[in-house]
Amino acid sequence: MILVIDFALLLFMIICALAAITVKDLLHATIILAAYSLIMTVLWAEMNAVDVAFTEATVGAGITTVLFVAAIARTRRRSGD
Amino acid sequence: MRENVVIRTVSRLSIPFIQLFSLYVIVHGASGAGGGFQGGVVFAASFILMLIAFGLSGIRGRISEKGTMVLAATGVFIYAGIGLLCILFSGNYLAYAAIESALGIPHLHGLLIDLVEAGIGITVMAVMTSIILDFADKEGNIRD
Repeated sequence: MILVIDFALLLFMIICALAAITVKDLLHATIILAAYSLIMTVLWAEMNAVDVAFTEATVGAGITTVLFVAAIARTRRRSGD
Repeated sequence: MRENVVIRTVSRLSIPFIQLFSLYVIVHGASGAGGGFQGGVVFAASFILMLIAFGLSGIRGRISEKGTMVLAATGVFIYAGIGLLCILFSGNYLAYAAIESALGIPHLHGLLIDLVEAGIGITVMAVMTSIILDFADKEGNIRD
């Protein structure tokens, strides 16, 4: 059962990672990256790496999202390439 | 969004609990998950929530550039000071057992670990808050 959940989470994570680098709107990419970070947190916690999971949740989903949103607010929202 | 009473009230209620939780994470770091870095980041996240709810003008008077820089230096000073204190008691850098055996106080190393973690947390909190506030300031004003 836990293996099924693992594969589902890994699949979602790969989908999120691919979507974050292909989407043109940078604000959408930031939010997708936050979702990727959240799935990664669950995976770290499931692998008994609670410390890494905690750091991923605080820094990955919290601080970097706010930093990216602030950086987008100061530059342009559309991707150049 | 600035006038939204739900956001303001909910963040006013939850910010003290976030800060209390970050202190718990810092103190609990020696024996379980967490530590100075994570606790400091959670504490900075409470300031980010404050920034989102009340706007930059609401917190500019409370958090100054000089204050964050002084706090960042204080945290590093606590960390390095306790580390060098261990050398003074003829141990290695951050070898708390040297102080504990020299002074003869039992379980002193637990207190010293908490102090070092608090130093890390203070520095991380101050630097993260400073970075976020500098990013959020769109006009590029220098905070004073």
